[in-house]
Amino acid sequence: MTTNTRAASYTTGSDQKRTIHFPDEHAHRSKGLPAVPNAIIECKDVNVYYNAFRAVTGVDLAFGSKEITALIGPSGCGKSTLLRSLNRMNDLIDGARVEGSVTFQGEDIYHREVDAIEVRRRIGMVFQKPNPFPKSIYDNIAYGPRVIGMKASNMDDLVEEALTRAALWTEVKDKLKQSAFGLSGGQQQRLCIARTIAVKPDVILMDEPCSSLDPIATSRIEDLMYELREDYTIIIVTHNMQQAARVADRTAFFTALASEETGDRTGLLVEYDLTKKIFESPADQRTEDYISGRFG
Amino acid sequence: MSTLTPVGGPALLPGRPAVSLRSTRPRHGESLVRFLLRVAAILTIVITGGILIALLVPSIEFFRTVSVFDFLFGDRWAPRFADASFGVLPLVTATAWTSGIALLVAIPLGLGAAVFLSEYAKPGLRKVLKPVLEILAGIPTVVFGLFALQFVQATVFRGVFDLDTGAFSVLAAGLVMGVMIVPTIASISEDAMSAVPLSMRQGSAALGANRMQTTVRVVFPAALSGIIAAIVLGVSRAVGETMIVAIAAGGQARIVTGPLEQGQTMTGFIANAALGDSRVGSLEYDTLFAVGLLLFLVTLLFNFISIRFVRRFREIY
Repeated sequence: MTTNTRAASYTTGSDQKRTIHFPDEHAHRSKGLPAVPNAIIECKDVNVYYNAFRAVTGVDLAFGSKEITALIGPSGCGKSTLLRSLNRMNDLIDGARVEGSVTFQGEDIYHREVDAIEVRRRIGMVFQKPNPFPKSIYDNIAYGPRVIGMKASNMDDLVEEALTRAALWTEVKDKLKQSAFGLSGGQQQRLCIARTIAVKPDVILMDEPCSSLDPIATSRIEDLMYELREDYTIIIVTHNMQQAARVADRTAFFTALASEETGDRTGLLVEYDLTKKIFESPADQRTEDYISGRFG
Repeated sequence: MSTLTPVGGPALLPGRPAVSLRSTRPRHGESLVRFLLRVAAILTIVITGGILIALLVPSIEFFRTVSVFDFLFGDRWAPRFADASFGVLPLVTATAWTSGIALLVAIPLGLGAAVFLSEYAKPGLRKVLKPVLEILAGIPTVVFGLFALQFVQATVFRGVFDLDTGAFSVLAAGLVMGVMIVPTIASISEDAMSAVPLSMRQGSAALGANRMQTTVRVVFPAALSGIIAAIVLGVSRAVGETMIVAIAAGGQARIVTGPLEQGQTMTGFIANAALGDSRVGSLEYDTLFAVGLLLFLVTLLFNFISIRFVRRFREIY
């Protein structure tokens, strides 16, 4: 990174490599903020580092309120890293650092006076592997409202409401006191979604929420996302392009650049548009290669 | 299929070696290792059983002379006097005082250190702090005993605070014993808490929980069985600790009613009496084993209670 012209090989997860050249440090930055009406979260020139290693570079993105936005791309393209920087989950990882600005409803979430805990209360997260707490189903849902001191007149109602919204209530209503670990993987993941809904966030981040689930459980989660979209903004990272095509209003395609010296891969945003546009007439050749299955 | 030959017989086809699924040579090394491992496993059980028998036989002899009731509930311990009395309560009260004080020190400090190391300390700091803590566990208890006697009791209690106490006290012994036990409790609970998957903490954080809430409500319950194991080990060490109490708690067996009194603990008595010249087979000799058996049963009881407790409250992840 000492010269102006930096070479890096471009990979999309397969063995195929091409070398592309950057005229300067920021040439690979995505072209300005995309026009998204009613944006709730905006990223401006976001770079995420793990110590000296840059995992994501120069991302400009805006996420529409009450829309589903999908982040797709090959492994190691930084999409999960970017997702975690949207609610400061990266704070929990030592050496992780975010540069640039991420705003939520116009407020910089990395501002010195902003409380990460408050950010996460407004921007919840569902993880790749279902991670229910080792508690009863009921306590898993009630945990969030309890820790944030939510004024719930009736916790039972709140638990029922969250489980109903997550399409889990009928399956678990007779075993609320049983351990959440007795549920199937798909049920556990819906429990985690219910748990997130219970604290009434504005945005739900989903990091490959279906990657450990079978197709039937996956389809239930997708239906659920579509219903939740009425009230919540959803940002989902997925490896499954069909999933993005099915559920997302907008899709952002990321790819990875491998450094020739170290082999470290840095993610960057290639293209961001309406899902229909991305899948039917992508503007960038790399997007087309990826979605047509030539890579990844 | 008449061309098939017995296994290990001549080649099936010309030019191809015979194929056999049977071992071509005996694996002596593996048999030897398996034998040695089995011996090791059996030996531990045999030795434990042997110790138990060695405790039981003289104890039974003892209880032929002294009734169990008099032993457990008598309040005068004078095995060497002419009018001998074998009420073990004075020893039990001294042990209860020293262990109780030690645990009051060790449990909060140990758990606090564990929470700090596992949930708050940066990895670099943890890498330095944990070994330092474990060095504390490597200090010989006789050094702790001297420290309790010379510094805590003599210099601090009598010198600085001018407390109304003699040369020995259960408080000095208990406090120092507590410090000695801290690393045991801290280290084992820290291991248990570190073993809780990071995904649990992330899930909690994503709901807007702060670090303390995550620690108390998610990590702690998930690590409970390990934490209880740590505390039980701490209790066992406190009840069984000998050198510190033998040096600093005192040598007279009297019922202890306050922390500044001296008192002989069960272990203290055994250490003192075992050094004496009690004849094998004498009542005094058997007394040692009766007290030893009681110690053993007390620790066994604590282990048993904790297993029940853990089964009841454990949260499996």
